[in-house]
Amino acid sequence: MDYATLLQILDTTLRLATPLLLACLAGLYSERAGIFDIGLEGKMLAAAMSAGAVAALTGSAWAGLLAGIGASMIFAALHGIASITFRGNQLISGVALNFLASGITVLIAQALFAQGGRTPPLTGDARFNPVTLPGAEALRDVPVIGPLYYEVISGHSVLVYLALLAVPLTWWVLFRTRFGLRLRAVGENPAAVDTAGVSVVGLRFAAVGITGILCGIAGAYMATALQAGFGREMTAGRGYIALAALIFAKWRPVAALWACLLFGFFQALALRPDVVEAVVQVKVPVPLLDALPYILTVLVLAGFVGKAIPPRAGGEPYVKER
Amino acid sequence: MDRLPRWADVVLVPLISLVFAAIISALVLLVIGQSPVEAFKVMVDGALGSAYGWGYTLYYATSFIFTGLAVTVAFHAGLFNIGGEGQAQLGGLGVALVCLSLPWPHWTIALAAATAGAALFGAAWALIPAYLQAKRGSHIVITTIMFNYIAAALMVYVLVDVLRPVGQMDPASARFPEGAQLPALNDLPLFNLIFQKPVPANITLLIALVMAVVIWAMLWRTRLGYQIRAFGKSEAAAKYAGINPVRITIIAMLISGALAGMMSINNVMGEAERLLQNSSEGAGFIGIAVALMGRNHPFGVVLAALLFGFLYQGGAELGLWTSIPIEMRIVVQGLVILFTGALDMMVRMILGRIFGMVRSARAMRTA
Repeated sequence: MDYATLLQILDTTLRLATPLLLACLAGLYSERAGIFDIGLEGKMLAAAMSAGAVAALTGSAWAGLLAGIGASMIFAALHGIASITFRGNQLISGVALNFLASGITVLIAQALFAQGGRTPPLTGDARFNPVTLPGAEALRDVPVIGPLYYEVISGHSVLVYLALLAVPLTWWVLFRTRFGLRLRAVGENPAAVDTAGVSVVGLRFAAVGITGILCGIAGAYMATALQAGFGREMTAGRGYIALAALIFAKWRPVAALWACLLFGFFQALALRPDVVEAVVQVKVPVPLLDALPYILTVLVLAGFVGKAIPPRAGGEPYVKER
Repeated sequence: MDRLPRWADVVLVPLISLVFAAIISALVLLVIGQSPVEAFKVMVDGALGSAYGWGYTLYYATSFIFTGLAVTVAFHAGLFNIGGEGQAQLGGLGVALVCLSLPWPHWTIALAAATAGAALFGAAWALIPAYLQAKRGSHIVITTIMFNYIAAALMVYVLVDVLRPVGQMDPASARFPEGAQLPALNDLPLFNLIFQKPVPANITLLIALVMAVVIWAMLWRTRLGYQIRAFGKSEAAAKYAGINPVRITIIAMLISGALAGMMSINNVMGEAERLLQNSSEGAGFIGIAVALMGRNHPFGVVLAALLFGFLYQGGAELGLWTSIPIEMRIVVQGLVILFTGALDMMVRMILGRIFGMVRSARAMRTA
């Protein structure tokens, strides 16, 4: 494999890792606050459809982004009402909302555009187009580093850089602010937070809200940057891969970045079976490459690659003592 | 909160949840500019209006009884098995391997062997998540979701590279031999008086009903069933009573996986007569809705499976005869899971208020 091919794969890795990373960080906030969310997939899908539809109607990718966040927030609110207000089973709520999103996105897209459940292809300003980072053109001819900067780091949509920035931001919020401390506490020991006079319900809704925003960006990225429009089931299990990455990263933001890049790398490899074959000298079935993130997650869960311990109060509704 | 009388808990709560789901579904149809009344008419007509429609409704219901029972058994052990879909796909592989391995002389022998194959493969696919949950505490919900995806990838590989006959383009196995073809309801005595034209519903329906009774007896009439339920209610108490948690977790998941796998005799052996890509078509997931709706009781599961059979056949008819996309049925499925599963407490709270009001009104009158 030559350097140019490697750069190409790394470039694809970054593009494919972005929605995983946004969804993974989304899950991080929710699960750190003690609310399991297997509905990341559904929120992304709803956001992708809204973003695709609104971007097509208005011609503005930014309007699409806002619509995507809005749709994702509605689903997040439903999850919050079911799992926080009514103390329902968080896993079942997530499953339900995933199905709801899967069906309703096709219904609405079909009602709006009548194109077989897709939104019309986006062009021009309706998409987030690649931005060239400062100095990329100038440095392009510098050996090794120049092409790396030009091909891999530069030339992505603004949402990719937003996702990368969200990593240090999340770390700072969670580990350096009062809100973050409380958010983590409510996922470990909600009774203690309650005793300190801080609202468990309020904190958890805030966390679920942030999850909604980040999933919204992830979905909007899918429909308006990675691809040009929404198609049915376009998230294709990315919400679950993000969940896997979250476990792999043991619920830590910086580790989440590496986990998502790794899983993005696998997805990029699955697109280039010829390269894989050339490197390992054996024909590797594409389905095996597709399944790698899931197999890896099972191995992590099994504790063979370090033990993943979820937030202690995760999944349990909080009942205030009376 | 007031406690609900038992009949309200068993009958009223699921019914009201269903009404909520129906109302929201109707609203969704209104929002996309369709008439809910028209849609409902098309669904009833297409699914229940003819013997042919019933043939499809019962065919879908058969699959859903199996997957609903699968989720039910796991639920009773306190385990949420989302892996029914993958287990069903693997069950399909088991059926295909059995059916293709021998020139079966008669369908009865083939059916017995294929059932064993389906159950074995389904159970095997549930074994690893079960073991990891029991021994290493890996969350079964996540592992079974992962196993659904791994199963999907595995089936792509098996169908494209292993089972596909030479020269065939589409990723599917060869057609099963004559002796491995199951009689449909229109081939069975008595049933053929109702079903005169060929229908997809087949003898598997009877197996599904028998399994519902078997699972009921297992859960409420055997030592194992008692242990499963005790373990599901309180792990600590069960342990104290000498119940081995590892054993119960694994056994419950094996039964669950076997049941999910067994649905494949219905669709793979009974209908398609060869193994296709994505053979279970989401039926594994519908088991979740069916189990929740059926209140985790085999009898309720059979009723809920019929309801979802109606929904699936009716939804297909919507896709055929109206401009409402077939995905409408996934919306309804999601809403049913939401209301019967996650918003259960909300329905109970509303009912509890009403019962409380009735009670205090009665108390006032007597006072």
